[in-house]
Amino acid sequence: MIEVKDIYKTFGDNEVLKGISVKFEAGKNNLIIGGSGSGKTTLLKCIVGLHEPTKGQVFFNGENFTEMNFEERVPIRTEIGMLFQNSALFDSMTVEENIMFPMNLFTNQTKAEKLDRANFCLERVNLKGKNKLFPAELSGGMKKRVGIARAIAMQPKYLFVDEPNSGLDPKTSILIDELINELTDEYNITTVVVTHDMNSVMGIGEHIVFLHQGQKWWEGSNHEIAHTDNKELNDFVFASKFMQAAKDRL
Amino acid sequence: MFYSLGKYILLLRLSFKKPEKFSVYWSEVMREMVSIGIGSLAIIAIISVFIGAATTIQVAFQLSGPLVPQSVAGTIARDSTILEFSPTISALVLAGRIGSSIASQIGTMRVTEQIDALEIMGVNAPGYLIAPKIIAGMTMVPILVVLSIVLGISGGYIACVVSGDISPADYVIGLREGFIPLTVRVAMVKAITFGFLITSICAYQGFYTSGGALEVGQSSTSGVVYSCVMILFADLVITRLML
Repeated sequence: MIEVKDIYKTFGDNEVLKGISVKFEAGKNNLIIGGSGSGKTTLLKCIVGLHEPTKGQVFFNGENFTEMNFEERVPIRTEIGMLFQNSALFDSMTVEENIMFPMNLFTNQTKAEKLDRANFCLERVNLKGKNKLFPAELSGGMKKRVGIARAIAMQPKYLFVDEPNSGLDPKTSILIDELINELTDEYNITTVVVTHDMNSVMGIGEHIVFLHQGQKWWEGSNHEIAHTDNKELNDFVFASKFMQAAKDRL
Repeated sequence: MFYSLGKYILLLRLSFKKPEKFSVYWSEVMREMVSIGIGSLAIIAIISVFIGAATTIQVAFQLSGPLVPQSVAGTIARDSTILEFSPTISALVLAGRIGSSIASQIGTMRVTEQIDALEIMGVNAPGYLIAPKIIAGMTMVPILVVLSIVLGISGGYIACVVSGDISPADYVIGLREGFIPLTVRVAMVKAITFGFLITSICAYQGFYTSGGALEVGQSSTSGVVYSCVMILFADLVITRLML
């Protein structure tokens, strides 16, 4: 479980996060949603330690991650998998090398064992046989899937996903969502997804946190979201006529 | 300026922290050595031969007269090549070739979140990305400078043969006259220092890139400019201290 306690984050005079507290439970798809500039990615980066919060703390299974130094964070970081918005695959490495990279650094497995694990991860994301390709040779959807394969290579306890559907067609987006959902259930991972894709929200949003102007504005599930009277959330989720009509049918 | 200097020193400190796994870092060092050393061979060879040849012809022209023995041109060309042309000109060329490559490579990794990905995995990103480049630079630049000295002096010999301004025999006599081994030591100290400056300054510029493609280009340019200025400054300091 991940617990975020009263997180504030300021860049210069701009206060991006204003006292956010939330708990993300294991085995659940936790979604952080909100409009552009609402602080979703900043919150995610504060949780994983890419940004240091101005105030507040983050706990991973009760351990205060915020107060740890770089070395103390390493054991927790080896339990974290993250898929970045642009996949962030290492350009100079093949798909296989990308997946094996964390294993090379943090395990004492033999090359054959690492290769087996890389093949398993690739098979899990339906990219069997793509081992020797370089990131530049992959489509956007394939890059995301390789990113997921790399994220699960070390059998993480926590999976963070930043905008998994950005730049993807609807069909591929659904495939990525389903994959994240399956992995969360299969390995009982604490998954935190930052998104503003409504298909994801309605499809896999077991626990949704809506951010507005740097604050936690609403919290609930995808079943509850259709019946909320929270104006800002309704304006965000049901902004299109199509979504409004879908809501009316519910 | 002091803020940047402090950041640069802190980044260097982080770069030389104990590696997560020595074997992975070692293979990175080898890869960088190939990239810096083998990748720069052609350009170093070309500029060295031409500079050696031009230096010899110019010295021969300036010292032409009945009172000066022709062999002096060989001596002056040798010392100039060892002390100044090979280390400094090579370093300036290498700043353009490997420095811009280092800054843009690390800068691109920064703006495409690849450095964030390393940090999320628990990897000491400066250690993994910068330390192997600095070690490779400090190893390969001196080797390239030695090669440059040999080729520069050879270029001078070729110029003698082709132009006929000095006889090749006089040139060789001049090369062998009054050789002081200290000049080679000075050249090596310069080469090691320049190797460190090029790789560390350009890596620093790349590591703290923020924005997009435009900023990566700016980091690359800044890296090369600062490296060149620091190379010339270090050249003066080392020359003053050692000679």
